[in-house]
Amino acid sequence: MSEAHDPSGSSKAGALEIRDVRKSFGAVEVLRGVSLDAARGEFITLLGPSGCGKTTLLRIVAGLELADEGRVVLGGQDLGRLPAHRRPVNTVFQSYALFPHLRVRDNVAFGLRARRVPEAEVRTKVGDALALLQLQPLAERLPHQLSGGQRQRVALARALVNEPLLLLLDEPMSALDAKLRAELRLELRRLQRRLQRTFVLVTHDQDEAMTVSDRILLMRDGRIEQDGTPEEVYERPRTRFVAEFLGAANLFEARREDDAIVTPLGKLSAEGPAGWTAGLACIRPERIEVSLEAPASPGPNVFEARIAERVYRGDHVELLLEPGAVRVQCAPREGLAPGVRAWLRFPPEHVRLLDG
Amino acid sequence: MAERIVWEGELVARRGLYARGAALLAGGMGFIALLLALPSLALVALAFATRGTYGDVVWSFSLDQMKRLAGYGILGWSPDLLWILARSVAVAGVTTALCILLAFPLAFFVASRPPSRRYLWLALVVVPMLTNLVIRTYGWFPILGTHSPLTALARGAGLLNADESLYPGALAVYLGMVSGSLPFAVLPLYAAAERLDGSLVDAARDLYGGRWLVFRHAILPQVRVGLAVATILTFVPALGAFVIPDLLGGARYMLMGNLIQQQFFAARNWPFGAAVSLALLGCSLCGLFLYWRAQLKDEQGARA
Repeated sequence: MSEAHDPSGSSKAGALEIRDVRKSFGAVEVLRGVSLDAARGEFITLLGPSGCGKTTLLRIVAGLELADEGRVVLGGQDLGRLPAHRRPVNTVFQSYALFPHLRVRDNVAFGLRARRVPEAEVRTKVGDALALLQLQPLAERLPHQLSGGQRQRVALARALVNEPLLLLLDEPMSALDAKLRAELRLELRRLQRRLQRTFVLVTHDQDEAMTVSDRILLMRDGRIEQDGTPEEVYERPRTRFVAEFLGAANLFEARREDDAIVTPLGKLSAEGPAGWTAGLACIRPERIEVSLEAPASPGPNVFEARIAERVYRGDHVELLLEPGAVRVQCAPREGLAPGVRAWLRFPPEHVRLLDG
Repeated sequence: MAERIVWEGELVARRGLYARGAALLAGGMGFIALLLALPSLALVALAFATRGTYGDVVWSFSLDQMKRLAGYGILGWSPDLLWILARSVAVAGVTTALCILLAFPLAFFVASRPPSRRYLWLALVVVPMLTNLVIRTYGWFPILGTHSPLTALARGAGLLNADESLYPGALAVYLGMVSGSLPFAVLPLYAAAERLDGSLVDAARDLYGGRWLVFRHAILPQVRVGLAVATILTFVPALGAFVIPDLLGGARYMLMGNLIQQQFFAARNWPFGAAVSLALLGCSLCGLFLYWRAQLKDEQGARA
C-alpha cells in the first residue's frame, strides 16, 4: 500500500483509466458503457444534469458501488473488486460526511489511524494537512461548530491527508452560497496545481466545471457525450445537448443545399462534420457581430433584419428579428431597440453545424 | 387590560393561552397523578406498615419490612433475598443483551427493505404481541417439554440426563423472556436504523475503515439513542417479570417479580410485597440514573 501511495513511484501512478463501465439499478440503466482516461495530475470534471450517472461513476471508482461490467484501472492496477477501504482513492462527499462526534483533528486523522500509521506520524501529517487548508485554529472544534465552507475544507483535509493517488469530489460546492463557491473554486484549483494529484470532480454547475478543469467530460443518460478542454467543449460543441448545457447558444434549424447551408435567417457558410446534411447551426451569443449600419462590403454570413422585440438578460440580449420571427441572443450594445434595423454577422469560424 | 400576544397567527390574551394549555394537559396530568403518583405513595406507606395476623394491614410505622428486605428474618440474617435480587438483575441483563444482539441485525434488515415492504416486516415483528403473554408462554411447553423433539435431541447430544427436559429450566426462561421482549428492542433500533445517514458509512469505508471502524464511528454514534431506548424498554420490564419465570422456570427460578406476586397473593403479606416492589423500583431508577449520567457526560464531552 505504501508503494501505491507514492505519487513519484512511476509515471503511471495516479493515471486513471475507465473502460466500458456499465451499471444498472434494477431495470434502470444508469451507466451505458463509459470510458475515459485521466493523466496523472490532471483535473477532470464529470459534468451533467442530475440523473446522468456521474455520481454513480464516481462511487464505482471509489469502490462504494460495484460496476456490472467494465474496468477501472488506477496507476496500472486494476481496482476490480477491491473494496473501498483498500483503494488508494479518497472522496470529498457532497454532504461532507464529517463524523459528528469527532473533533476536526480526529476527523482528519481518521484515515491514517485506520491504516495504523504510527501516532507520531499521524500528528505530523494531520498538522500539515490542517496547515495546508488553514484549519489550525479550528482543530479542536466539532463539525457542528463549523460553517459550511469550513466543513468543506475539513472534508478536503481529511481526504488529502491520506495522499491519495486520486481524489474524488462529489459536488463539493453544492451546499455553499454563490460567492463562497466562486472563491473556493479558485482555491481548489490552486490546491490541485500545488499537489500535482489527479482530481475527478462531479458537478452539474457549468461555471464550476469551466473554472477548475483541465478537461470536461459532459455526461448525459449514462454516456459521455463530449470530452475536451473547457475551451473545446464550449467553442466546438458536438451536440445540441452540449451546446445548450454549457452557456447560452443560438441554435437554428439548418440543412445543406448544394454548397450553402440554409437557415431561417438565410444562407450561411460554416464548417461542419463530413457528410453533414441537416441538423442545427450553432453560434455563441458573444460571437455574433452586431452593427446598426450597413457594412461597406456585404460579405458572407451578414443578415439584415428589423428588431421586433428586445429582452434584456444582463450578459446578453434576446432579439426577435423580422422577417421570419427568428430569435437571436447576442451581446448587449447601445441602440438595440424595437423598430431598429440591424446587420448581424456570424463569423464562419464560430458557426458549428450539429446533428439535430 | 390583559396582555395580548400572537400565538400561531392568532391574537390571544396570555392568560387565556395558559388556561388553554392547562385544559389540554389536565387529562394526562390527572391520569398520572391519580393512577401513578398516588398509588406509588400508597406503596411507600404500605412498605412501612406491618402484616396483621390474618393478612390484614396494620397501619403503624415500622421498619420490619426494611429489615427483612436487608435479609434479617426470624432465623437471623440470610442472603436469600440478595440472591433473588442479584439473580433478577442478571436475568434482566442477559435478556437485554440477547435482545439487543438479535434486534440489531433485524432492525437493519427491516430498514434496508424497500419502503413498501418495511411495514410488512415490522408487522411480523409485532404480531406475536397480539397474543396474550400467558398463552404465548404456554406455547413453549410442547416445544420444550419432556416428549418434545428438541428435548430428545438435547438428550441424544448428552446435554440432558434421561429424566430431565428443557422445560422447566434456565434455557426455557431465557427463550421466553427474549421472545417476549424482542419487539421492544427491534422497534426503537429500527427507527434509528431507518434514519441512518449512509454517507457516514461511505466516508468511513472510503477512509480505509474496516467493519469495526465503520460500526464504531459511522453507525454506533447514529443509533445510540435508539440503543438506549431499546435497553430501557427491555431491561425494566425484564427486571419485574414474573409470568415467564414462573411458568417456564419452575420452582427453581424465584425472581423479584415472583416474590412480589407471592407476597401479595399466596403469603398475603402486602407490606413486605410493597417493600420488595420499592426495591425493584429502586433498581430500575438506578439503571435510568446511570443512563442519564452517561448521556450527560456524552453531551458535555461533545460540547467541551
